[in-house]
Amino acid sequence: MALLEVEELQTHFFTSAGIVRAVDGVSYTVEEGETVAVVGESGCGKSVSALSILRLIPWPPGRIVGGSIRFMGRDLLGLSDAEIRQVRGRDIGMVFQEPMTSLNPVLTIGRQLTEPLEAHLDKNDQQARERALELLRLVGISDPQRRLGQYPHHLSGGMRQRVMIAMALACEPKLIIADEPTTALDVTIQAQILELMKDLTQRLGVALVIITHNLGVVARYADRVNVMYAGRIIETGSARDIYHDPRHPYTLALLRSVPRLDQPRRARLDPVEGQPPDLTRLDGGCPFRPRCRYAIQRCATDYPPLMETGPGHRSACWRKDDLEPPLRKAS
Amino acid sequence: MWQYTFKRLLLTIPTLFGAALLVFFLLRLIPGDICMVRLGGTGALVDPAQIEQCRVELGLDKPVILQFFAWIGGFFVFDLGTSMWTGRPISEEIGLRFALSLQIAVMATIISILIAIPLGTISAVKQDTWIDYVVRVISIGGIAIPSFWLGIVIILGLLIVTQNWFGEPWMPPINYRPIWEDPAHNLAQTIWPALAIGYRYAAVATRMTRSTLLEVLREDYVRTARAKGLVEHLIINRHALRNALLPVITIIGIEFAFLMGGLVVTEQVFNLNGIGKLLVQSVSQNDYTMTQALVMLVVIVFVLSNFVVDLAYAWLDPRIRYR
Repeated sequence: MALLEVEELQTHFFTSAGIVRAVDGVSYTVEEGETVAVVGESGCGKSVSALSILRLIPWPPGRIVGGSIRFMGRDLLGLSDAEIRQVRGRDIGMVFQEPMTSLNPVLTIGRQLTEPLEAHLDKNDQQARERALELLRLVGISDPQRRLGQYPHHLSGGMRQRVMIAMALACEPKLIIADEPTTALDVTIQAQILELMKDLTQRLGVALVIITHNLGVVARYADRVNVMYAGRIIETGSARDIYHDPRHPYTLALLRSVPRLDQPRRARLDPVEGQPPDLTRLDGGCPFRPRCRYAIQRCATDYPPLMETGPGHRSACWRKDDLEPPLRKAS
Repeated sequence: MWQYTFKRLLLTIPTLFGAALLVFFLLRLIPGDICMVRLGGTGALVDPAQIEQCRVELGLDKPVILQFFAWIGGFFVFDLGTSMWTGRPISEEIGLRFALSLQIAVMATIISILIAIPLGTISAVKQDTWIDYVVRVISIGGIAIPSFWLGIVIILGLLIVTQNWFGEPWMPPINYRPIWEDPAHNLAQTIWPALAIGYRYAAVATRMTRSTLLEVLREDYVRTARAKGLVEHLIINRHALRNALLPVITIIGIEFAFLMGGLVVTEQVFNLNGIGKLLVQSVSQNDYTMTQALVMLVVIVFVLSNFVVDLAYAWLDPRIRYR
């Protein structure tokens, strides 16, 4: 049994402009201790699919309208409010994108760090404090004693994200969901934070779902990769598969839009042309086809399901076997 | 925090001085003369010599700048001077009225805080449910209904209810006794105006609490709190409300200061001898010293309540404290 099994998840937003199908039938699994990356452009539904796991989508306007999410065999969507609260922070920790705004500005670091301990592990003040110190040391924050009494505005962005990670790890969860954990940080800090997360999750045996639009992150840190487009997973496979043998034109386009060290220096970067589709008006066909140079007649009428292209590697493209390799000659 | 308090306190001095300057000189720009009003009130012809003598008595013949410094100087020894109209010391004239107005303002503030924060909170948390609609109707009503009208309704209501239930009508006492002398009598008189004013005040604060809380509830750190698995009341009370209260406190501070001296009509309805009534009287009588003293009193209350608001801000928000 996988640690997390997401099946046909559908999260829609009911807005005045119509129903936004932000997540529209997403299925994937996360094994214990595994690192899974979810990649895609802004607005492809990757954050919404992550927030849906802990049922953190605010209603109104958002709501999970279909599918199931099983964590250690329990259906999270069927739990009562009190039961899902027990899962949040204790079994599954979350790290958010913006460390600047994700910590409460008027509460001390200590207060915010000890909260999950008091909520889930029944620790008293003294024990919670000790654990908080231990956690701060774990995430590499210097002078933890002093930090406990400080407020978020005393800390740099990287430090705050370390605090967020410490908070997510507080109750020794089985899974951490990190929603673009490094997007808001300086490039030099990004690597530090990712190393820290990789190191800690490996050391503590925690599974990690990392949401990102950074393909570099994927290559280095993920065991498995789910590429999302317009609310669905369009390709899934090992990091190696995705990098060296992409089987979906969108994945291919993404790879060609970022510079790579293994490319000749004069290779041109190709941006992914066009805009992501309007999620309120999807038709039955493949949503990527207006931007796809491989599109054929069939793409307009039939939505391609995820089809096996190799062991553990699946793609939702009718022309998955006709794609060029990702490496190009210098122009 | 102490450094902040001290700095903030020092800043009140120039504010007060500026206000004093404005009050003093603007008053003297108003056409009319207290001696003319006092002596010529009946429409009789007045001997110019008599008016001159009156001006000498009141010190109005001296250069304006000297009058100003004499007045300011008085503040430092808590001497507000004498009323140009009645000739009695101003501190004596104001004393009880100030106590009355202050008491009603404090009571109205307490009532409004007790109503506004829970009501605004529940309205925001239960946004767009029937509870929210009821609260919104109540608070819009509070803003729309003038306090003096509500005062009249309260008095009439009291008369009718007591008539029907106890067989004889009961009216709140009309004469004022300080709360430390006769608390029951005092409260029986002051609670009604405090309610009438407190309702409007609470309505404003409720709407503010609701809208800022709604905003704060969408903040990332509230989502973080939720992701930690905290129970809802901790999320609201500890994480959201503390941030949402900052603008509410500003509103409460401004409203409180306004209640001191701004309640002319409501005071009339409840037959209260408060600051508002006295202020209107003294302006129409060209009683410079009295008007100056009252306006300065209101200014001081404003400055002090702003000071308290700032301290509350600093206490609630550590980012202000350390700046």
